[in-house]
Amino acid sequence: MQLTREARGAHTRCAAGLSPFTRTLVTLCAIAAPALGGVLPEDRADVLWHVYKGGDITIQGPSVLVRKKVGDNLSLSANYYEDMISSASIDVKLSASPYHETRRQESVGADYLHGKSTYSVGFITSKEPDYKANTSYFAVSQDMFGDLTTVTLGYRRGWDQVFRDIKTPQGVLENDPTFHRRADHRGYSLSLSQILTRNAILGFNYELLTDQGYLANPYRQIRYLSPGLGPGFTLADQVYPNTRTSYAATAQLKYYLPYRAALTGQYRFFHDTWGILAHTVELDYTHPVLRHWILDGSLRYYRQGAADFYSDLFPRANYQNFMARDRELAAFRSYTVGAGAAWQFAMPGVPSLGKNSINVRVDHLLVDYSDFRNALLAGTYGAGNEPLYKLNANIFQVFVSIWF
Amino acid sequence: MRVSPGLSSVSLTVKLMRAVAGALLLAAICGCAAPTPWVKPYEREHFADPIMSFNRDPVSSTYLQHVFETREGARGATGSVGGGCGCN
Repeated sequence: MQLTREARGAHTRCAAGLSPFTRTLVTLCAIAAPALGGVLPEDRADVLWHVYKGGDITIQGPSVLVRKKVGDNLSLSANYYEDMISSASIDVKLSASPYHETRRQESVGADYLHGKSTYSVGFITSKEPDYKANTSYFAVSQDMFGDLTTVTLGYRRGWDQVFRDIKTPQGVLENDPTFHRRADHRGYSLSLSQILTRNAILGFNYELLTDQGYLANPYRQIRYLSPGLGPGFTLADQVYPNTRTSYAATAQLKYYLPYRAALTGQYRFFHDTWGILAHTVELDYTHPVLRHWILDGSLRYYRQGAADFYSDLFPRANYQNFMARDRELAAFRSYTVGAGAAWQFAMPGVPSLGKNSINVRVDHLLVDYSDFRNALLAGTYGAGNEPLYKLNANIFQVFVSIWF
Repeated sequence: MRVSPGLSSVSLTVKLMRAVAGALLLAAICGCAAPTPWVKPYEREHFADPIMSFNRDPVSSTYLQHVFETREGARGATGSVGGGCGCN
């Protein structure tokens, strides 16, 4: 009501001094505004425990997400997330030493509904001993064409600080006082959700991301051939470009099957200025069974080409201006198979908590690298002839959801 | 009363601008007119079913997205915003 009064007041104040054309436009806007409407997310709380095990890395921790409406137009959310990392990965074994550390991430967000428009803002802060990241975002979403279409425009900005830990003679890890770098990030997104038929809905996301600053991993190193010396290679610092721009577009199609089940197909195209070209295909199936169970199954295939400045083994030192050996920039294919189950129940004796669920999900990830070799075996096979590396990982999630 | 060529030119410009403005207004009205929804509100009960949500459990999908994003070169267009690293 208040918003409607303001719109009418603005119309009255402005109309006197405006041209007929502008008056008509203002009138159109004033007529259109009260017709807008939308929906805020449900009030719910989720408590999750996650475990990742693979490649001699174990990462586990909690994630707690709470969302609550305040009045009819405002929904607030908060999330606490933690990664407890214990790593002796192939990269760590090659050029650093095994470590344990904790990353903590907190975020708050707000969604404000005005007619059919939803305005979202949020802030995320992440801290670990050698990396601090702050991200803020803003998005505006609009329902249109009889609520068949929802368009969302988003912007995000991130500020990171990168440190490097060193071990003191006493064996204590602390930040290297000579190493402190920064990285800035910007992201622009466009999303569209379109109801196609009474059983099918299409989703489309486009996102452009730009980074500037220190974008490398300070612990990882390149290797170059040095015949006759040790294992036949020598390690040296990576040199990354200071900028990166990437483009990603995702199309999703979700279909409601006649016997109450849902099938989702998804494809993502990715390209960036480092020369990485990637494709992701995913298929998800959701099937409610009996009265209280929902089962999920998923298959995901991902393929990427290497960055222009990536090499597993450079021919010599200072071979080119940019040089990297991060395996995230290598060429590889990955396959993920996942399954989940949710049991829905009502809280006995608490009528207001009539909808709750206990959920379990397991995913198996296989990453098959095409040009990243197990350099730890160079002594046996010779530098450049080691077997290609494969990563096998299991991902477990257990969480409880409460709607209130 | 004589009308200077300059004044006539201004008048023509004003008429032209009005014509363009009128055409723009017409285009705007036509463009803004919502097409008749081909799926009526009472035919959308399947979209109210949680299994038809693109993001049924945000706490789980955000975590899984983080797992992929720290191990792959590709990023973005997932509909969620992350922060930080945790990637060694």
